[in-house]
Amino acid sequence: MHGFLLRIAKRQEPSPLWRSALVLFGAVLVALGLSILLLALRGISPLEGCRVLIMGAFGSSWALQDCLLKAIPLFLCSLGVAIAFRLQIWNIGAEGQFALGAIGATWAALAFGAQPKFILLPLMILAACSAGGLWAMIPAIFRQWLGANEIIVTLMFNYIAILLLDFLVYGIWRDSSGFPMTPAFSKNAILGTIGTSDIHWGLVHCALLGLLCWLFFRSTRLGYEIKASGDNVQAARYAGMPYNFLVVLVMLLSGALAGWAGFLEVSASVHRLQPSIMVGYGFTAIVVAWLARLNPAGIALTSFLLAGLRAGVENLQLDLQIPAAFGAILEGLILMTVLAGGFFLSYRIVVRRQT
Amino acid sequence: MNSELLIPLLTAAVISGTPILYATLGEIITEKAGVLNLGVEGVMMMGCFCAFITAQLTGQPWLAFLAAGLAGLCTASLHGLVCLVFQGNQVVSGLALTIFGTGLANYLGTPYIGLAAPGFSPLPIPGLAELPFLGPVFFNHDPLVYLSYLLPGCLWLVFRHSRFGLGLRAVGQSPAAVLAAGLNATAYRWGGILIGGFFMGLGGAYLSLAYTHLWTNNLSAGRGWIAVALVIFAFWRPGRAVFGAYLFGGIMALQLRLQAGGTTLPSSLLLMLPYALTVAVLLFSSWQRGTQAPAALGTNIEPSS
Repeated sequence: MHGFLLRIAKRQEPSPLWRSALVLFGAVLVALGLSILLLALRGISPLEGCRVLIMGAFGSSWALQDCLLKAIPLFLCSLGVAIAFRLQIWNIGAEGQFALGAIGATWAALAFGAQPKFILLPLMILAACSAGGLWAMIPAIFRQWLGANEIIVTLMFNYIAILLLDFLVYGIWRDSSGFPMTPAFSKNAILGTIGTSDIHWGLVHCALLGLLCWLFFRSTRLGYEIKASGDNVQAARYAGMPYNFLVVLVMLLSGALAGWAGFLEVSASVHRLQPSIMVGYGFTAIVVAWLARLNPAGIALTSFLLAGLRAGVENLQLDLQIPAAFGAILEGLILMTVLAGGFFLSYRIVVRRQT
Repeated sequence: MNSELLIPLLTAAVISGTPILYATLGEIITEKAGVLNLGVEGVMMMGCFCAFITAQLTGQPWLAFLAAGLAGLCTASLHGLVCLVFQGNQVVSGLALTIFGTGLANYLGTPYIGLAAPGFSPLPIPGLAELPFLGPVFFNHDPLVYLSYLLPGCLWLVFRHSRFGLGLRAVGQSPAAVLAAGLNATAYRWGGILIGGFFMGLGGAYLSLAYTHLWTNNLSAGRGWIAVALVIFAFWRPGRAVFGAYLFGGIMALQLRLQAGGTTLPSSLLLMLPYALTVAVLLFSSWQRGTQAPAALGTNIEPSS
């Protein structure tokens, strides 16, 4: 009998950066290839599909600005999700926390609309972060003290939060025009744009918050404790780290960041609260956080790329009448192939000639 | 509440509970083998769409039902590929499967939104259907409901008294022990994922073939996630899953009835009911801490060299 024997062996040393990059690139390529096949099923040539996708994402200065605007909420939600993932807490609830943030900011904008900008905007941010943070804290408390699985609770809280938003805009906050939306915000409640561009100041918020996050994990005791507990809960408990407190804190921060994104969406982009702000940033944020391996700089880059994917899919929808769900297919496939690709970072395949 | 109101409500509870029951049983099979599949929602959606399209093209409801099961099996096999072959994280793979499956079903289904397909209609069981109270509630349904009555018992038998069921449970408790006994632990896990996916697909089929009879986007509306929560509520026992599924069926039926009855409560608050109940049920069963989860749930089997 002659033949080859394939054996799987665990890698002894961590994979170098080039190999990680190669695997990531290969995985994304496989996912893109498979999705393009789906376009071919509808009779669209793969080249044309790619062209429309890329042009919609990065093809013009208008497209790039759109991309950046979509990347802002994605980045903040993803930063939040990543903080929770660090501690191995599966916060799937960024979508709901984003909704609560938007609701909190809207409440402040409607209640204190006459206040000057320098008071009103911080007030809105505070309300948004508190609403998002507290909303995320509830599942953390359920998890630590009642043992309830946080994946299911945060996911159910998404549905509840979105319906709460609907309840408000169809009910007590409804505009006199009769459409399901709140009245437009007063001028003081609107976060302006940078110079003459379409990009709002939220971009600067992102940069500052990202930096803060990085510093928090790098040089504070709490940040260290979160990382250590995430790596090994038992060891961290023996070392006397306050695990319950860390879980609640992490979810509070996570929800506050998603809430901040909700604030930006109503204050800087839409200027009122309406159901159409819920486009699934909170779910894409999970994909972003995982692809970026929870690293803030990586999250910034990945947010931009996945925002590009969203913009590109919108272009596919406009130009070639591709259903919007194509974006979800792409995101799901990319996440799966990257996950599978991780195998080649921890294991290698040894080929041996069998005699 | 008098029986004139109660009987239609309970009848509707059984109907709304059936797709959740199929999906919950599917997830129980998968989790018994130690694999956490959070992709139930995506798998159900694929089953739901494939059932619809097969029924539309062939006019054969039973063929459509089978196709949904196979679609569920194929979709779930992606989870097996990522987690069993490539050692991916089960939580993230499941989430990816939900995003992918829901997306693909909605993508393929877009041209058919609002179209109807032939499906199953009620088939009263002679004799039993005339029983007072029990007759209309349990024995005046479509064949898929009757099939779902048999499944929990069959599963119980398989888990308790068959070689395969024993191996499945063992690999959920301790893959190392299964390997030591000279059995193929990974094969059992594949079995759990594929058979579980088949059942989840059947749950999806119920939605398009018997519940709505037409296609819309996001037909599943979170039922897959409710099923994941119900597995915990059921303590991984098929029998208890029946109670959970009908409880949710009941609350969904009640919500529809209140809406149709012209209540003053806003519909968005009524729509919250099943999701809020899921959290409540989860809190209740976590607090009870009865039977624990399969010990090896969510952990991968490292490839041996």
